Amino acid sequence: MANSLKCDLCSKPATVHLTQIVNSKIHKVDLCEACAQAKGVTDPSGFSLADLLLKASLNPEPVGDANCSACGFTQQDFKKTGRFGCPECYGHFSRLLEPMLESMHKGSAHSGKVPQKALSRKSLYERLTQLETELDQAIKSERYEDAARFRDEITQVRQATGRKEEAGK
Amino acid sequence: MKINELIDSPSELTDTAASKSAVVLMTRIRLARNLAAQPFPGWARDSQKKAIRDQCMQAVAALPQMKRGLAIPVETLDELQKQILVERHLISRELCHAKAGSGIVISKDQSCVVMVNEEDHLRIQVLRAGFQFKKVWNTINALDSDLEEHLDFAFSPNLGYLSACPTNLGTGIRASAMMHLPALVISGQMEKVVRAVNQLGMAVRGLFGEGSDASGSIFQISNQTTLGESEEEIIKHLHGVLNTIIEQELNAREKLIETDPNKLFDKIGRAFGILQNGHLLNSGEAMNLLSLIRLGIDFGVFADTQRALVDRLFIECQPGHVQHAAKGSFDPTQRDVLRASRLRSEFAKLSPPDFTSAAK
Repeated sequence: MANSLKCDLCSKPATVHLTQIVNSKIHKVDLCEACAQAKGVTDPSGFSLADLLLKASLNPEPVGDANCSACGFTQQDFKKTGRFGCPECYGHFSRLLEPMLESMHKGSAHSGKVPQKALSRKSLYERLTQLETELDQAIKSERYEDAARFRDEITQVRQATGRKEEAGK
Repeated sequence: MKINELIDSPSELTDTAASKSAVVLMTRIRLARNLAAQPFPGWARDSQKKAIRDQCMQAVAALPQMKRGLAIPVETLDELQKQILVERHLISRELCHAKAGSGIVISKDQSCVVMVNEEDHLRIQVLRAGFQFKKVWNTINALDSDLEEHLDFAFSPNLGYLSACPTNLGTGIRASAMMHLPALVISGQMEKVVRAVNQLGMAVRGLFGEGSDASGSIFQISNQTTLGESEEEIIKHLHGVLNTIIEQELNAREKLIETDPNKLFDKIGRAFGILQNGHLLNSGEAMNLLSLIRLGIDFGVFADTQRALVDRLFIECQPGHVQHAAKGSFDPTQRDVLRASRLRSEFAKLSPPDFTSAAK
């Protein structure tokens, strides 16, 4: 047979071809008889393509075989467990992730709570590191007025982070 | 606080359930959080896991909300203790099976729990008896913000809170309500409801989560998507769906009593008879009988004040609680005897059903 479409869930020849419009996007699914039955495709009211798409998207074609540089997790590991290895994996496997998110969630961008305190702490620490470098440079090149200004600013930032125990470091 | 003290002290679900809410037994929200730049629990080495656990448990246990609570590594609990915590919906079955390196922090009133190194580094959970999303969200939001002062969470401005599984990405929130839906079950409409709820992107599960059966006509309904909407929007949508289900359930109840009151009263009356006189009751049967009593209370067949008792028995009829009460380990048949005996003594105290008030 010329038509050799394979079932999206197992790899038997597909005989059921279904098109559904979800959120004004067209989704197509090809299934074999057994999977179609098991997924209730024959019962139109009870069938949700989104569910199927979710499962199908968890078994994507490999995109590169590199490991996550932070934790060594591979795409095969993800395929096996459906979980990532560390927070950095999200950046590393973004190409794999993006198409999945669309079928998995209502959107692909976060619009909820932001850890304000942790983020401002992070940016304060980054500022602190920067100021310390500038202070070092100012002292080395004997720009003492600048150095005094940097030192004052460092004291201010340290107060803002509320970590007094580090102030004497 | 020690684990046995906690088990024997009054808890949110077993002792404050004086809920007037006829349909929603419990409201629960959990947030998934992870530490930045650390491997997720499933991928971390044992030594890393232990270091993460120590850091997280220390931060959580120091919160004012957790004062005089319990903070304990999972491996120090025995099977029965873990089972009791599962039956109280405080910890997951997955956490029970976790190998070394996981921990639990539970507040004194057992309404706030943090699981450490379950699927994520932190699973923060707040639960309350009744239908109380606003209160539960405010509590858990504050708890999370307090924790943020001490821990750096893995967060991306685009993707939100980063979780081990991408299905929890973004807000990391799962809001759920435990609902008692006997009339929808009796009238055979539950399947239809499950399908409709699924279509709306929400999940329906049994009493003890994934894969558990729906004994007692109790269902957990929760959001499934976590990214693309704010926490408040997710809760609002779920709230809307739950209100519709409540309406459907109440309509179904009205129809039951209008069309065939004798059939309904027969079920309730027989349930009362078996609970008062049965000698062998497994937990599934006990749940189903208690469910009918609860329905009877909602119809005014029994006093309104008995609802809290039934809600407590829903939990205390579970195998772990039955064994704990009898102070030992018992096989299923012995448990059925113990359970029936407990129920007989509880129901001997109840005044008999008054069907005349319900028929109106």
